[in-house]
Amino acid sequence: MVGLEHYLTVAGALFVIGIFGIFLNRKNVIVILMSIELMLLAVNINLVAFSSFLGDLVGQVFTMFVLTVAAAEAAIGLAILVSFFRTRGTIDVEDVNVMKG
Amino acid sequence: MPTIILFAPLVGALVCGFGWRVIGETAGQVLTTALLFLAAVLSWVIFLGHDGVTEQVVLMRWIESGTLSAEWAIRLDRLTAIMLVVITTVSALVHLYSFGYMAHDDNWSGGERYRARFFAYLSFFTFAMLMLVTADNLLQMFFGWEGVGVASYLLIGFYYRKASANRAAIKAFVVNRVGDFAFLLGIFALFYLTDSIRFDDIFAAGPALAETEIRFLWTDWNAANLIAVLLFVGAAGKSAQLFLHTWLPDAMEGPTPVSALIHAATMVTAGVFLVVRMSPIMEYAPEAMAFVTVIGATTAFFAATVGLVQNDIKRVIAYSTCSQLGYMFVAAGVGVYSVAMFHLFTHAFIKAMLFLGAGSVIHAMHHEQDMRNYGGLRRKIPLTFWAMLIGTLAITGVGIPLTEIGFAGFLSKDAIIESAYVANGYAFWMLVIAAGLTSFYSWRLMFMTFFGQPRTGAPHVTEGASHGPRGTDTGRDPEGHAHGHGATGGHGSAHDHAHESPKTMLIPLGVLSLGAVFSGMVWYDVFFGETERVREWFGMPVEVAEGYGAAGGAAVEGAAAEAPSAPAEAPAADGAAGTAPPAAAAPAPAEAPQGAIFMRPGNRVLDEAHYVPAWVRLSPFVAMVLGFLLAFQFYIRRPDLPRRLAAQHRPLYLFLLNRWYFDELYDAVLVRPARRLGAFLWRRGDGDVIDGGLNGLALGVIPFFTRLAGRLQSGYIFTYAFAIVLGIGALLTWMTLAGGIR
Repeated sequence: MVGLEHYLTVAGALFVIGIFGIFLNRKNVIVILMSIELMLLAVNINLVAFSSFLGDLVGQVFTMFVLTVAAAEAAIGLAILVSFFRTRGTIDVEDVNVMKG
Repeated sequence: MPTIILFAPLVGALVCGFGWRVIGETAGQVLTTALLFLAAVLSWVIFLGHDGVTEQVVLMRWIESGTLSAEWAIRLDRLTAIMLVVITTVSALVHLYSFGYMAHDDNWSGGERYRARFFAYLSFFTFAMLMLVTADNLLQMFFGWEGVGVASYLLIGFYYRKASANRAAIKAFVVNRVGDFAFLLGIFALFYLTDSIRFDDIFAAGPALAETEIRFLWTDWNAANLIAVLLFVGAAGKSAQLFLHTWLPDAMEGPTPVSALIHAATMVTAGVFLVVRMSPIMEYAPEAMAFVTVIGATTAFFAATVGLVQNDIKRVIAYSTCSQLGYMFVAAGVGVYSVAMFHLFTHAFIKAMLFLGAGSVIHAMHHEQDMRNYGGLRRKIPLTFWAMLIGTLAITGVGIPLTEIGFAGFLSKDAIIESAYVANGYAFWMLVIAAGLTSFYSWRLMFMTFFGQPRTGAPHVTEGASHGPRGTDTGRDPEGHAHGHGATGGHGSAHDHAHESPKTMLIPLGVLSLGAVFSGMVWYDVFFGETERVREWFGMPVEVAEGYGAAGGAAVEGAAAEAPSAPAEAPAADGAAGTAPPAAAAPAPAEAPQGAIFMRPGNRVLDEAHYVPAWVRLSPFVAMVLGFLLAFQFYIRRPDLPRRLAAQHRPLYLFLLNRWYFDELYDAVLVRPARRLGAFLWRRGDGDVIDGGLNGLALGVIPFFTRLAGRLQSGYIFTYAFAIVLGIGALLTWMTLAGGIR
């Protein structure tokens, strides 16, 4: 029987993979975007799992919102990436440090 | 009616001070003067029609905070009625006089308007002073007290372009602050002990205070004594008594009408008024009263000696004022408050007149104030001469000895001296000597000013003509006549141009001379007559007077209980006993004593003063005659004598000329250390510590940390993300360990 803890384990694993994807990856900005998606999905799994476990629909409704926001965010992120590539000619993470203090 | 009297000057001051651009300068002057005359007339109506019963007119609720409750109320009793008359009359006449005196002023150039401002200040002063004397609680009184201080400051510094005037104004304010601080402490102490600042409650607590101990400055004090001394120090500041007197002579920097109104007739007597008003407390503080007496007597003597050798006409009169205030304090100190008020009353007229007369002389002599440049003015300004003559006769105390006929000063001063004989030998002798000195310097002033030959421009032929101290004197102190010397050559012809003053200046002189002649004789009975008469006049229950042979405290209680009809006191007294937890020793239901002043049943000074030996009653008269003869010898018959005497006793002369070196002493002990401390705090404290600290912080420490923080900002997202993860890890660990336990 697949219980709540299985879902939580999967979500936690996905989340940690996402985090490590952000700061271990030194090459590609797109990978960072994907990692963020991964983390959001991990959260979604959490929400749905608890929603089903507690019999409360609010969690699933919230998931829909998160998905929407994630889609919009991905679109904006990719757009920024495109314009960034146009100006700088690279999207290597190593090179993106204009904000250095 | 009291409300009109109280607020007429305020209205005048506001309209004239802020509205003179609209209504015009002359209209402002006329308005303030007219309102003051209205107030004066109403005051006389109140004074003459007053029946001695205390009334309270509540105008509004003012402060309610915990048990502190103060109403804005007018307390109308005999004391207030006397002060109302004195203040409004002198003020109205001074307003009128200022029309003439302030018409032209060399301190202002052609187009400048200063008159409306002057009149507004005068009216504002009058309002504040009325506020002080009509107060029904200590806070209201303190308001008036500070109000007159402000008005005094503004008027002393009226010629704000003169550095000396500004210095004098600040000096007056600062010296007064010392006294005011003590006064405030006194108020705090009274509130702490009686839980009220209303006069009725405080007066009712008098006997209880005398049995209370209070800890102050690491010492246990008798509460009544401590409060009385604190209040007296406040009074001494305002009334220029010894140790706090230095501001008064310098205050002569103000225009002469101001000197007459504020620094002779009214404001400086506020201290005497305070002591008399607080008589229900003072009566229970014998040590404090002795202190008051000694200080008063010493001041009377000290100021008179200094007055002997001053050359500035206004300063002579200023020291005379200081000396006469000493007389009043002696009277209050020995417990004959009515006599203190008597002298206050007559002195106001006399001294206002002397000052206005001096102003008239100064006006005639084109603002020359040095008496050494006067002489022979009798024929030039005859009316002023006669007014000054009456004033001099009055202040020196001319009258027929052993009778009740004489000038005002004769009656009131002799009353004080006789009372002092009964109570305090030191004060008696000091006052008699001071009476002789008073006579000497007053006549010296008259002789130097009005008799002899005109001395303008000539080398100073009187004392101290060509020797050093004059130079140091004028050079050092901020005195008005310094500029006079520079210009001496310029108005060598001032005597030829000397002219009688306009009518607006002479009429006040005439009216005041009436007061100086008759005010003593008319009101002698009620101030210093039979004890019953005085008691009745001041609204005190007469039966106490009859029973004063009996045991002290019981008589008060009995009398107070027998007179439950006291209209004003009754409601207040009910609360008094209940609301005095610190003074828990309060005997039974304490009731405020009836009447404007209070004399303890054992106080028989007033009674015994009527039966002093004849030589005592003659002594001030003899001293006065001696002083006159000496002045006559010195300044009419042998004009060279003063100079020779001054040369012979040079140290003494310099000692007196420099006012016992009080100013130098204060300068060395207080002013200079204060300046040094100030300079130290400014350079080291402000410059080095605060500025240095801030600059060091802003230029050294903060940039260092910003560079550190800047190095943290790598600009790489993964660095930040790693930091976040580490943070979360740390947070989670901490929450788990710490939060889990809880």
